[in-house]
Amino acid sequence: MSDILSRNNLLFMLDGLKLTVFLSIATILLSMCFGTLFAIIRTYAKGNLLPLAKITGAYIEFFRCTPNILWIFFFRFIIPGNVIAKEIFAFTLFTSAIMAEIIRGGLNGIPKGQFEAAASQGFSFPRTMLYLILPQTYKQIIPSVLSQMITVIKDTAYLKAVDIAELSRNTDIVMGKAVTATEIMSLFALLAAIYFVICFILSVSVRTYQKKVMATG
Amino acid sequence: MSKLFDARRWLRLIGDFDQFLLGMKTTLLVALFGLLIALGLGLILGILSCVKLYGFRIITRIFVEFFQNTPLVVQVFFYSFGLPFLGIRLPGFMVGVVGVGLYHAAYISEVIRSGIEAVEKGQVEAATSQGFPYIQTMRYIILPQSLKVILPPLTNQAMNLVKNTSVLAMIAGMDIMYYAKSWAGNNGFFYQGYLTAGLLYFLLCFPLARLTARLENKARQLPAVTPLRIMEVDS
Repeated sequence: MSDILSRNNLLFMLDGLKLTVFLSIATILLSMCFGTLFAIIRTYAKGNLLPLAKITGAYIEFFRCTPNILWIFFFRFIIPGNVIAKEIFAFTLFTSAIMAEIIRGGLNGIPKGQFEAAASQGFSFPRTMLYLILPQTYKQIIPSVLSQMITVIKDTAYLKAVDIAELSRNTDIVMGKAVTATEIMSLFALLAAIYFVICFILSVSVRTYQKKVMATG
Repeated sequence: MSKLFDARRWLRLIGDFDQFLLGMKTTLLVALFGLLIALGLGLILGILSCVKLYGFRIITRIFVEFFQNTPLVVQVFFYSFGLPFLGIRLPGFMVGVVGVGLYHAAYISEVIRSGIEAVEKGQVEAATSQGFPYIQTMRYIILPQSLKVILPPLTNQAMNLVKNTSVLAMIAGMDIMYYAKSWAGNNGFFYQGYLTAGLLYFLLCFPLARLTARLENKARQLPAVTPLRIMEVDS
């Protein structure tokens, strides 16, 4: 029992956790950037740029209706190169579509008057976005982004299928050394507990934030 | 790119398409039974998390938080590799059904709870004052009113449930993802295998996505109750 939860095994799992956290943060940050871009295109592209909005819309709808694991496998084999970089790309491709929808929801919640005010002050479109619209949008969507972060952290567990040394894969390797049911169960409990602590903290902050916003209006 | 447009590979895919259809059948059945579990259990838990008895509320809270804040992959691996150590062996199909069923029951429970909470307190008081017992108050007054609020996130959950059945590929669960992965791997035709799988999932999920959007628009036009924000109860 104490063997399986030895210092070395725990450190090995901790290494996996570091990679899990790194992959999640990288995915969320990249998806925020691309998601913002796609959401702006889908919401505001008019006239000559309308086809661009249509293409973006198609990309978003298609990826929202497919499982993340599919892209994890797909990019593992399709392109050569570093597997971690490939998987961050796969995750970002998938998560950006979802993030774009979240951000679009936020953009649609911004009152029209904001744009009119910006136009009357002579703000160009990029500046209107950067200084007025996006800050208000981001503030509104914090809970949804945090929820998405939980999803991304949980989804990184899929990566053990493509041999990335994240938390679940490293735990699997430790499980390979386990013999008794007690050892296996304690490893499962530890694995679930690690994910739980991180995700639970995030989900509590989602609720706290929502309550705070509701209270202040 | 030439691999993507290689006609020979696509023809092979058409020849082997029966494998994908087998996977489709498993995915559909797992999704269907999983949805039944998720809806049934989710409804019970959702109602229990609104009752006055503190014990029930605690139990549902623990269930919801545990299943929502741990990866589905870990849960499914526990059913297929952990449970045999306790002498319980579930066939792959059951692992899928129980896996997505319990996982989404937690989400659906939250949807139901927010839906019930969205209906004004005065409604319950009015019903109680008219002598309605609790079950009937729920059945005839609260749930019908919250239905319009509950439906969009519910169809959204159904879509996520279909997508999440793909976790079966990790444990040789004979679903679309599993067949796509093995067919693509055996032939080395990755574009053909995975894009076809993507298309099949799209065909299953897109109607549900459209339905969600339509129901959301309908719910927005309701004055009585505040619509739930889909994205915040997403998985």
